[in-house]
Amino acid sequence: MPDNGSTQAKAAPVNGTAAAEATKRQRIRLLIRAAGMLPVLLLLCAGFHYLSDGRFFTGQNLGIVLQQAAVNTVLAAGMTFVILTGGIDLSVGSILAASAMAGLTISKLPDLGALWLPVAVLTGLGFGIVNGALIALLRLPPFIVTLGSLTAVRGLARLLGADTTVFNPSIPYAFIGNGSLTLIPGVASIPWLSVIALLVIFVSWVVLRRTVLGVHIYAVGGNESAARLAGIKVWGVLIFVYGVSGMLAGLGGGMQAARLYAANGLQLGQSYELDAITAVILGGTSFVGGIGSIWGTLVGALIIAVLSNGLILTGVSDIWQYVIKGLVIIGAVALDRYRLQGSART
Amino acid sequence: MNEPILEMRGVSKSFFGIKALRAVDLTVYAGEVHALMGENGAGKSTLMKILSGAYRPDPGSEISIEGKPARIEGPLGGRAAGISIIYQELSLAPNLSVAENIYLGREISRSGLLARGAMREGVGPILERLGADFLPSTLVAHLSMGQRQLVEIARALHARSKILIMDEPTTALSAGESERLFALIRQLRAEGLAIIYISHRMDEVYALGDRVTVLRDGRLVGSLDKKDIRADAIVRMMVGRDVSSFYKKDHDPEAGKGHPVLTATDMADGLRVKGCSLTVHAGEVVGLAGLIGAGRTELAHLIVGAAPKISGRLDLEGQPIEIRTPGEALEAGIAYLTEDRKALGLFLDMSCLDNINLAVIGRDAKLGWLLDRDKARERADRAFAGLSIRAANAGVPAGGLSGGNQQKVLLSRLLAIAPKVLILDEPTRGVDVGAKSEIYSIIDNLAKAGTAILVISSDLPEIIGICDRVLVMRSGHIAGEVRRTETAPLTQEDIMALATGTEHLDA
Repeated sequence: MPDNGSTQAKAAPVNGTAAAEATKRQRIRLLIRAAGMLPVLLLLCAGFHYLSDGRFFTGQNLGIVLQQAAVNTVLAAGMTFVILTGGIDLSVGSILAASAMAGLTISKLPDLGALWLPVAVLTGLGFGIVNGALIALLRLPPFIVTLGSLTAVRGLARLLGADTTVFNPSIPYAFIGNGSLTLIPGVASIPWLSVIALLVIFVSWVVLRRTVLGVHIYAVGGNESAARLAGIKVWGVLIFVYGVSGMLAGLGGGMQAARLYAANGLQLGQSYELDAITAVILGGTSFVGGIGSIWGTLVGALIIAVLSNGLILTGVSDIWQYVIKGLVIIGAVALDRYRLQGSART
Repeated sequence: MNEPILEMRGVSKSFFGIKALRAVDLTVYAGEVHALMGENGAGKSTLMKILSGAYRPDPGSEISIEGKPARIEGPLGGRAAGISIIYQELSLAPNLSVAENIYLGREISRSGLLARGAMREGVGPILERLGADFLPSTLVAHLSMGQRQLVEIARALHARSKILIMDEPTTALSAGESERLFALIRQLRAEGLAIIYISHRMDEVYALGDRVTVLRDGRLVGSLDKKDIRADAIVRMMVGRDVSSFYKKDHDPEAGKGHPVLTATDMADGLRVKGCSLTVHAGEVVGLAGLIGAGRTELAHLIVGAAPKISGRLDLEGQPIEIRTPGEALEAGIAYLTEDRKALGLFLDMSCLDNINLAVIGRDAKLGWLLDRDKARERADRAFAGLSIRAANAGVPAGGLSGGNQQKVLLSRLLAIAPKVLILDEPTRGVDVGAKSEIYSIIDNLAKAGTAILVISSDLPEIIGICDRVLVMRSGHIAGEVRRTETAPLTQEDIMALATGTEHLDA
């Protein structure tokens, strides 16, 4: 579960029971805060299960939900790094498309085909580092830089396939796109895409909460000038987070390519950045930086996937799905604000 | 005695089970200046926020204004009840004119259009009454701090407030502006306003206060009438103990005899620092005094690499050293405590533990990058015990601590690297009396342990109290040095004479 490692520090001996009571209440508050949007997710699941006459909680449907959430979860994990520093990355959808195109192109080469996945990931990393360098070294605003690369990289994605759809029905490692990892034969399995997404979340958690770099990321987001004076290499942190975001977009591109056996530079990943940002915000990460957790992001991404899936299951029309999704997002964040009232900053 | 204009009975306020105020009584009469004193975290600002309507008091609290029970609710509740607050950080919009600021939220409009002319005329008499030397149409951005304060007061008078609360109003003012403010406060008192005056500065309370109420730990300690107002009595009430030995430094013949640790030669940035040289020896506390704007902070920034220099060299323990970033300074063992701990020092949302360990987590890390959480916790606990930091535990966000405790957290971060040179920029700004004396003894102990310490301070008694010698800056130069000798102590007069470049004390 979410880590609040530092908060479990031994209470200093203050005066008696009142303090103990206060610590206890504080602990409950932290628990509620850590649980975040999880209750909303569970309520949504239960609601859809009821409304769809019990078709939601079936092994098959849950597999679909997890699979649909996977790519967005990976993008949102990268976005969490960026938003924690107080930035934004609008270019992830375009980077995803360009990486998928690069990967598919390589996969068709007879000798190098097996390298297509690393190529996709490195393509994303490259774009991310360019974003980061522009932001960190030239001190350009992240919104502007990534808005620019949103367009420019989209163009490059189209260029890569000469503006056509690239197919490769025999792409290596196709199993990651459509196969499942069997947990209990015949009973439970989990799509490889979801396994990758969960691994990404776990590694992100380790980096954010268990490494020096993680503390530096939170510090840069919390107070950039103080971070600089404290000797943190702010430019390095920024290049890192945009690099991670780009790299994970590249991984997302690889996941999409393996799932579809194809990619189209124009259509793939359109407006994915919005879903990724939504997942991060739903997860309770502060838009100004410095506050948030990767587990919240996972819950946020799952909420989006459950909503899409549940609305289809219950037969809501495509048009109304948009309206309902939008309202749920606003409502959930409003609830979050209400819940966190009295905290230092939202 | 006439009817009290404001009466608070048994006012309490708790946040998530923590009592910030416990059954505080406060009675204020029209035509008096009522000084409210207390350490940071004593509950002054909570009390004030209740009066402004920002906080709602706990049930059972009673507030009456002019004898009638009052309910103050919402951000405009205070003003509606006749209470205006002038905050430390002024709350004016600099892009608007004086008149527009005064009318903010209650603009006059004629058939939907802003009636600028009417608003200007409306504020004219008030500005005249306050003796303002600016026009209603002047942009606030063009006014000095003192003039802006005047606008705030005009705004309060315009709202027909009967109670005026001033929170450390002289912090940002020059000596001359402060004098004018005092004259104005006396005038308003004579006109029958009640003024609640919050200040840390004893001389102001002497000069203005008709009565003093002291809070400590959210409780009312007591009130003193004018005839009983004495500095030692108030300090005793504030800290709950005697602080007669507040500044402890005696002449130490050994000071300055240690080896030179930091030598800066001809430091300049081309703007505010014009060629400064100084040396700090092991075990020595050197003061850096000067008027605001003399270039003291800028010089410190040059030394630690926080600003680019155009000339100058540094020697650390006899070896030349090149420092380009604060990170390199820390690595070399030169730590700098910023004067602006909230904007440039602390990470308010991060735990005290992370704040304390920030500079050393890289050094402590396992495998070079994995956090060593046991070591971090141990270090934080040690800092909490060693510097007596008061907070529920090391895991709470630093932003929730009082000023003094925040400063100690920041200091702990610097001490974690065991610095050879410690540069402290206004180490006790916004810190309460109790924490101040604790910080002084920390500085003293560090010096005794051989650290070279440079203290920048605008608080002359402080500099005189804790330093072995004092360098004085004036317009980017080191104007001179004042030394403590066995026979002659450091004096404010000597320092001010150097700082101003005259024989007068007048700033």
